[in-house]
Amino acid sequence: MSTNTEKEPLFSAKNLRLLTDPLNEKNPVTVLVLGICSALAVTVQLKPAVVMALSVIVVTAFANLIVSMMRNGIPGRIRIIVQLVVVAALVILVDEILKAYVYDVSKQLSVFVGLIITNCIIMGRIEAFALGNKPFPSFLDGIGNGLGYGLILVIVAFFRELLGSGTIWGYRVIPESFYMANGGFYENNGLMILPPMALILVGVIIWVQRSRSRNLIESN
Amino acid sequence: MKQSNLYIFVYASVMVVVVAAVLALASTSLRPAQQKNIDTEKRLDILKSVGAAAEVASAPSKDLYVSEEYGKTIVDQYAVNVKGEKVDGVDVFRLDLKVELDKPADQRVLPVYVANLSDGSTKYILPIRGRGLWGPIWGYISLNDDFNTIYGATFAHKGETPGLGAEISTPKFQEQFKGKTIFKDGKFVSVTVIKPGSAPLSDHTVDAISGGTITSKGLEAMLFDCLSGYQEFFKNQKN
Repeated sequence: MSTNTEKEPLFSAKNLRLLTDPLNEKNPVTVLVLGICSALAVTVQLKPAVVMALSVIVVTAFANLIVSMMRNGIPGRIRIIVQLVVVAALVILVDEILKAYVYDVSKQLSVFVGLIITNCIIMGRIEAFALGNKPFPSFLDGIGNGLGYGLILVIVAFFRELLGSGTIWGYRVIPESFYMANGGFYENNGLMILPPMALILVGVIIWVQRSRSRNLIESN
Repeated sequence: MKQSNLYIFVYASVMVVVVAAVLALASTSLRPAQQKNIDTEKRLDILKSVGAAAEVASAPSKDLYVSEEYGKTIVDQYAVNVKGEKVDGVDVFRLDLKVELDKPADQRVLPVYVANLSDGSTKYILPIRGRGLWGPIWGYISLNDDFNTIYGATFAHKGETPGLGAEISTPKFQEQFKGKTIFKDGKFVSVTVIKPGSAPLSDHTVDAISGGTITSKGLEAMLFDCLSGYQEFFKNQKN
């Protein structure tokens, strides 16, 4: 029984924090500023952003889990290479499975699935967390960070699609009759569909977040 | 903890072999399912260029529905060479357009699909393939039996930017091609893209995609390159 009392429950407060912290105070995109590159690329429309977020959640979670299970055996001098092999293998598996079972989604994402390998969040979390923690907390940390990344992606994509194309999830929100071309007064913001706008939107999110939680503001 | 070099070598070798085995296994076991998806997609693209297979979204089994419609609509398929003569002994459906387009123009063998629509008319579907901004783009053009007027067009892409170049695969962009003609006074001119609003649209121009200029230009080049290979075929058919 003594071992049982020492063991912490699967979803202890500490473990749950691993899931929820990356959504706000430790968000990988807005606070750690990781994974910005893909946040620019896949956020023109909501649908690819959501699928990308799901794929990243799967890869971060399992990469963290696997590396954490291997952590005592990984030779320190080649650990980055080992991590890369794990991540790359997972990404290829995800890509192959998407192609076989959800072909339409895999077409939507195309090259971006491959680019998950280069997503800094994954390597960052493996280095910072999975190498020094047990498998289950690492798994949760992976899911949490994937969610935090996905949250920002979805927020940015929501505004870019709404203001840039007048649609949400491919459905028209702003009626056709509002447009200048049809005698209305409205015009889509062309800047929204270009990459710089994603950076500006991420900047706005960071601004909102820091004005709400002041402890994130650097002292100098 | 510092490991010996031997340990590192063994560790790396074992890991690479294990990962390679897992990936090879996954790749070979998923191959049939992937190939089926690719074939269905190709049939669907061919059908879409003549406006067939419209109820694909509501069909219970996409694969079954598409292959049935394909069997009904596509009545003939053959390959033609640059002189417009039919070439025998070619698996038309499996003909790799990428390989053919890499050959010199006079050695190419290009596929033609013949569709019979429900209204009794006959359309000729020609595959096209070219380069977008990030990767390949391809599609199908269907022509009326005057071998001049475009009846329908469908385009697809590997990885054009969503919202920009990727718009070539939307119905809105593809609708523009309907009724355009590829010959002007008997001379092959294809269909070209112009900046929206810069000039009135003629029978040979469509609006390019704002923000997707390189993809639009790639599409224009693709149309010209691929359709020009059929010129002799068009001539033979008209006579």
